[in-house]
Amino acid sequence: MVDVLVIGGGNAALCAALMAREAGASVLVVEASPREWRGGNSQHTRNLRCMHDAPQDVLIDAYPEEEYWQDLLKVTGGITDEHLARLTIRASSTCRDWMRRHGVHFQPPLSGALHVARTNAFFMGGGKALVNAYFRSAEKLGVQVRYDTPVVSVELDGDRFVAVRTTKGERIEAKSCVLAAGGFESNREWLREAWGQNERGEWPSDNFLIRGTRFNEGMLLKHMIDAGADSIGDPTQAHMVAIDARAPLYDGGICTRIDCVSLGVVVNREGQRFYDEGEDFWPKCYAIWGRLVAQQPGQIGYSIIDQKAIGRFMPPVFPGTTANTLAELARKLGLPEQAFVKTVEDYNAACRPGSFDHTALDDCATSGLAPAKTHWARPINTAPFYGYTLKPGVTFTYLGLKVNDRAAVHFGGRPSPNLFVAGEMMAGNVLGKGYTAGVGMAIGTAFGRIAGTQAAAAARKVEHATA
Amino acid sequence: MQQLEALTREASALAGGGYPVIPILSANEAEVGRQMQICNACRYCEGFCAVFPAMTRRLEFGKADIHYLANLCHSCGACLHACQYAPPHEFAVNVPQAMARVRIDTYAEYAWPGALGSLYKRNGLTLVLATALALVLFLVLTMAARGTLFPGPLAGNFYAIFPHNMLALMFGVVFGFAVLALGIGVARFWREVSPASETGRSQEPSLRRDATVEVVTDVLRLKYLDGGHGEGCNNADDRFTLWRRRFHHFTFYGFMLCFAATSVATLYHYLLDLHAPYPLTSLPVILGTSGGIGLVIGPVGLLWLNLRRDPAHGDLAQRPMDRGFIALLLLISLTGLALLVWRDTGAMALLLAIHLGVVMALFLTLPYGKFAHGIFRSAALLKNAIEKRQPNRLQLGSE
Repeated sequence: MVDVLVIGGGNAALCAALMAREAGASVLVVEASPREWRGGNSQHTRNLRCMHDAPQDVLIDAYPEEEYWQDLLKVTGGITDEHLARLTIRASSTCRDWMRRHGVHFQPPLSGALHVARTNAFFMGGGKALVNAYFRSAEKLGVQVRYDTPVVSVELDGDRFVAVRTTKGERIEAKSCVLAAGGFESNREWLREAWGQNERGEWPSDNFLIRGTRFNEGMLLKHMIDAGADSIGDPTQAHMVAIDARAPLYDGGICTRIDCVSLGVVVNREGQRFYDEGEDFWPKCYAIWGRLVAQQPGQIGYSIIDQKAIGRFMPPVFPGTTANTLAELARKLGLPEQAFVKTVEDYNAACRPGSFDHTALDDCATSGLAPAKTHWARPINTAPFYGYTLKPGVTFTYLGLKVNDRAAVHFGGRPSPNLFVAGEMMAGNVLGKGYTAGVGMAIGTAFGRIAGTQAAAAARKVEHATA
Repeated sequence: MQQLEALTREASALAGGGYPVIPILSANEAEVGRQMQICNACRYCEGFCAVFPAMTRRLEFGKADIHYLANLCHSCGACLHACQYAPPHEFAVNVPQAMARVRIDTYAEYAWPGALGSLYKRNGLTLVLATALALVLFLVLTMAARGTLFPGPLAGNFYAIFPHNMLALMFGVVFGFAVLALGIGVARFWREVSPASETGRSQEPSLRRDATVEVVTDVLRLKYLDGGHGEGCNNADDRFTLWRRRFHHFTFYGFMLCFAATSVATLYHYLLDLHAPYPLTSLPVILGTSGGIGLVIGPVGLLWLNLRRDPAHGDLAQRPMDRGFIALLLLISLTGLALLVWRDTGAMALLLAIHLGVVMALFLTLPYGKFAHGIFRSAALLKNAIEKRQPNRLQLGSE
């Protein structure tokens, strides 16, 4: 019987497996996906939000604990556990050398990400390179890995872990276990159930695209909640970005983003604006647009820019719809022509002269318009005009299992002695809503490492108890 | 469909006159364009090599950009293993493979004389014919000179079989042609990928000097096989290895030492009136021997790596060309070393004929085979070194 069983194959799972193995435990990793899709959502990630008090390797200036905590407090609107959040923040300042030892390479942020040079450390090659490095290191250290092995249920003896059962009916025993199998964002039925039906009679989640892995079905999460594990979080809360409507249903990842929102206007299916596109820098507010679009009729939005914006935002993966007049653009996008043209003309008329600077919070704002556009408001009047259709893109869900600072799964408020949870399955403890770049990997790394250490220790205790 | 539209536009432009002709992309080029559009929206690979930073200076990818980027790619494989959009993802991004397919098209397209560009497409046949013909030539010449392939021990005196001037003329002409053909080919490539306004003619001489120094060091160090992090490139899987770089170095410097040996020998011959055979401790023999050893280790290593290479890397259809070239280099070094060992025996004439035959085959195919990759890549690196010293006209925004 293996000491530590790790369920999942993403960042948190691998951090747990490596830590448990380093602590001397024998470790088996079971990953739901086939080898070529391994890594869960981590393969789509790019960086780690890191606390640091002075410039450190790839990080510039300082990003002290308090500022990190305030950023987290702001995006979550207070729906976070301060103790666990601060633990995550502190862990983010010390984990990079350990990551490097396991083959992860960091690089200075380059052209597309200069704005996060201070707060985020970038993985060279992105998250899939990180996952590859961790798998290589794990295999080198003798961690066993089994792909194509989804787990459906956990056998418990009270609050003690005994074994798991796979979809093929196989029973795998271990002395302790780390659950790190991700959220439920690729489970369409569960999303439908969570989001329900809106006042227009629509099932909003039917129009969601999944930016992340297709393997996060949430089977294990559901099973654990049904088995009495304490849960935390709202099932509709998730990392949601407005992405190109033509993105693939799963695994669209980073490249499906539309970065021109703050340079133009966004209208809904009725041709009406619905939010301040210039609220803040795009990297700071992009994660709110998925929900904004999800609340619109048909869960669809249209980002509209003109020629002046070209060359000032990250190139989109798919070409935009172009037209020489606003009316033509409305027709091509299937928007009500009059309403759309009026929206844009009203907006144009409300733009006050200012000095446009898309690299600063400039003074180009609208006046007397609702909703206002508070920065980068310039009339959309230079052909050709471009339109990008937006849909909500879910990266990962926040509903998860409640944990303490030992990453233990709780049953009726009591921590399990040998069952731990890390990654998306517990991220909701820290991240009740909202998002800020790189914090998912920070949580996964911090709690993955804790869970692995704890699981190894728990396995040793079992040994002593039975010896 | 896009190609059809471009075709239509070009046809009407030709008919009407006065309109700029839009270069039509081949299927291979269009595929690189498609993948670069995806990469440019992702950019996770920026740290690996020069291709991705160069890509970020563009929003769209025309023929010239595609040719340039394809030759800037060192086919190291790092971006493929790190790619979230690699097959089986429906975006099917495999940059090393797409670039490799365009790369060989560029060698053929810019080849001089143009008609011989097709030799790249049938490189296996080209190598076989060149080698067979060159071997036959030297065996026949040996027979013609001595009436036998085994004229007995000649104390290492090659010129007892082939007069020095005859060899100098034969190899001089063929090598001169190879240099000319490659030079014209790469000049054509350079003209297309670097419009006059962008090659930095208006640049400060110091910047141009910096760029040149950078390119020479990058080429000599083979920087872009370091993986961007110094641990090397990929070969069999997602593990990094420095061995591809090392074996390339053995091959390259082995080749250069052999070349130096020949050059020094030529100087000895004409300037110092010192004639071959040279003693084992002489400079030409030391250079040639060490070069020959390098040219054994390098190609053997490259072949070994090539046989183990992940089939997703590069273009499988080009493996015969790659391996053919490696094998030819190996034959040259092995026959050269054999000649050195047995130059005082009766086998010398035969060994010499074989060695000269394979060297001639290499010279004949130099401008129409794998050798070109080094020249085209160096030109692409030079463009890159110049380009990155110029201001980026895009302002994609940052905080």
